[in-house]
Amino acid sequence: MTAVPADEGCWELRLYVAGQTPRSVTALQNLKRLCEDHLAGRYRIEIVDLLKNPQLARSDQILAIPTLVRKLPAPARKIIGDLSQTERVLLGLDVRPAG
Amino acid sequence: MSSDPSSILPPGLAPGLAKTASGIQGLDEITGGGLPRGRPTLVCGSAGCGKTLFALQFLAAGAVSHDEPGVFMAFEEMPEELAQNVRSLGLDLDDLVARGRLVVDYVHVERSEIEETGEYDLEGLFLRLGYAIDSIGAKRVVLDTLESLFGSLGNEAVLRAELRRLFRWLKDRGVTAVITAERGAGALTRHGLEEYVSDCVILLDHRVSEQIATRRLRIVKYRGTPHGTNEYPFLIDSDGIEVLPITSAGLAYAVSTERVSTGVAGLDEMMGGEGYFRGSTVLISGTAGTGKTSLAACFADAACRRGERTLFYTFEESQHQVVRNLRSIGVDLAPWIERGLLRIHAGRPTLHGLETHLARIHRELREWDPQAVVLDPVGSFVAVASPVDVKALMTRLLDLLKERQVTTVLTHLNAGGAPSEQTDFGVSSLVDTWLLLRDLEAAGERNRGLYVLKSRGMAHSNRIREFVISTRGLELVDVCVGPEGVLTGSARVVHQEGGREGTPTPGPRAARERRK
Repeated sequence: MTAVPADEGCWELRLYVAGQTPRSVTALQNLKRLCEDHLAGRYRIEIVDLLKNPQLARSDQILAIPTLVRKLPAPARKIIGDLSQTERVLLGLDVRPAG
Repeated sequence: MSSDPSSILPPGLAPGLAKTASGIQGLDEITGGGLPRGRPTLVCGSAGCGKTLFALQFLAAGAVSHDEPGVFMAFEEMPEELAQNVRSLGLDLDDLVARGRLVVDYVHVERSEIEETGEYDLEGLFLRLGYAIDSIGAKRVVLDTLESLFGSLGNEAVLRAELRRLFRWLKDRGVTAVITAERGAGALTRHGLEEYVSDCVILLDHRVSEQIATRRLRIVKYRGTPHGTNEYPFLIDSDGIEVLPITSAGLAYAVSTERVSTGVAGLDEMMGGEGYFRGSTVLISGTAGTGKTSLAACFADAACRRGERTLFYTFEESQHQVVRNLRSIGVDLAPWIERGLLRIHAGRPTLHGLETHLARIHRELREWDPQAVVLDPVGSFVAVASPVDVKALMTRLLDLLKERQVTTVLTHLNAGGAPSEQTDFGVSSLVDTWLLLRDLEAAGERNRGLYVLKSRGMAHSNRIREFVISTRGLELVDVCVGPEGVLTGSARVVHQEGGREGTPTPGPRAARERRK
């Protein structure tokens, strides 16, 4: 069985980092692998570096780094950490594991 | 710099310790100048104790009066609540924000909306705060209530490490910060934040005892600054928080050699012919009906006559009652009230807690700056607190009045049968002049006698004099000593009319007065 999103269409994900720290690199790697495994072809990842755009921390209510925000499908969800615990990430994103 | 400057230097003079005006009336006096500049201060207390107001007042003072813009990071309050809080201080939050004096950032973290998936830190918070500080050049920062993060984020180890880093970061940024925290059971804060803040910790308390609520503030810790460890009462009203500095070193006031009339010619005479010292404290004690209030009112009347602003606190009668009663003895206070020279405040002692009374008097002293004060009667405070507390209150109040050079008259009711040379709570040692009124019973009459029990720094009469109250006011008359002992009232008149020499002769007139 393949992953079926809550509704059809593209998954818009935004990853907030603060510079190129080992932890944010790990988070991005984890995110990419996870998307390829479960949302292949149906996702878009945007990376926001708060060092460059610090004002976004306030407008998007970010405290922890890294933070992953599922913008779409709605409602928005937040996942913090380096995304190393795959099960919890899938739970947080509300993606049913493929296979 | 010596190893322990705090032990030798008076407040505010510790080397290298700059202070920032807190914006809270009275607090800067206790701390020798305010909060430690460029360092974090922890303000803790239970719900409703005034933490947020404290923090807002600190920011508002910076933004409005000291050219120090501020950042308010709200972890709990919502925009409307905050705006309301600020409005209560007479300020417009939106306006301060629009003018770039204040940045308000509402941090909203809902644990149920967040999934934690591995390692993280709070760099987002740092960037956010840093950006807010930079955007207006903020010098002051408030984190209210930072601890609520413990409820939002699950990883306590990360949180603790990050908070430690945050406090260090705040110091490095050189901002003066106020961090509020909820009081914990058996500890200052629920999550032990005091462990991270070593510079200054202030505890706010709101206690109810005998159904009377009192707010108190205590400085738990203030590195490098000697500070009182006492609890200081504070008020919250339309001007925000006001702390009452206890003038603990209160024996340094200047003294005056100027004399002011007691309002009774005969009494002036007894006190070296001139009356009380300006700025001194006078106690009038006596049993019921001996004329304490009348004597105090004569002083108030005389003060107003001199053009002095006079405050008259009455704890047992209403203003109208005081004015009416005094009119009956020829003292008319009404014109002084109309001319704004006299303010009579009537209220039961039980209306407020002891500290609140002190706070209100303190505020009025500061705002109206009276030169004369009457407290009638002080003993009634025993109804709201223990004698020990009342004595502490009176000590503080009298120090305050002396410091301001206010001539003060207190009355005290001696319970029948109790030793008359004693007050319920030991206030007598605090006063400069003590007048004792007493009944003199003889020959089927009860007359009033007055004598000066003590009067520091002046020659005063050692005689007991008869104290006559008539529709024309108060008069002191020499008693006569006859073969049968002290003669007062009719016996004195008869004796005087008998042609005794050497006595001043109010004589027949006094006799007429007495018998009406």
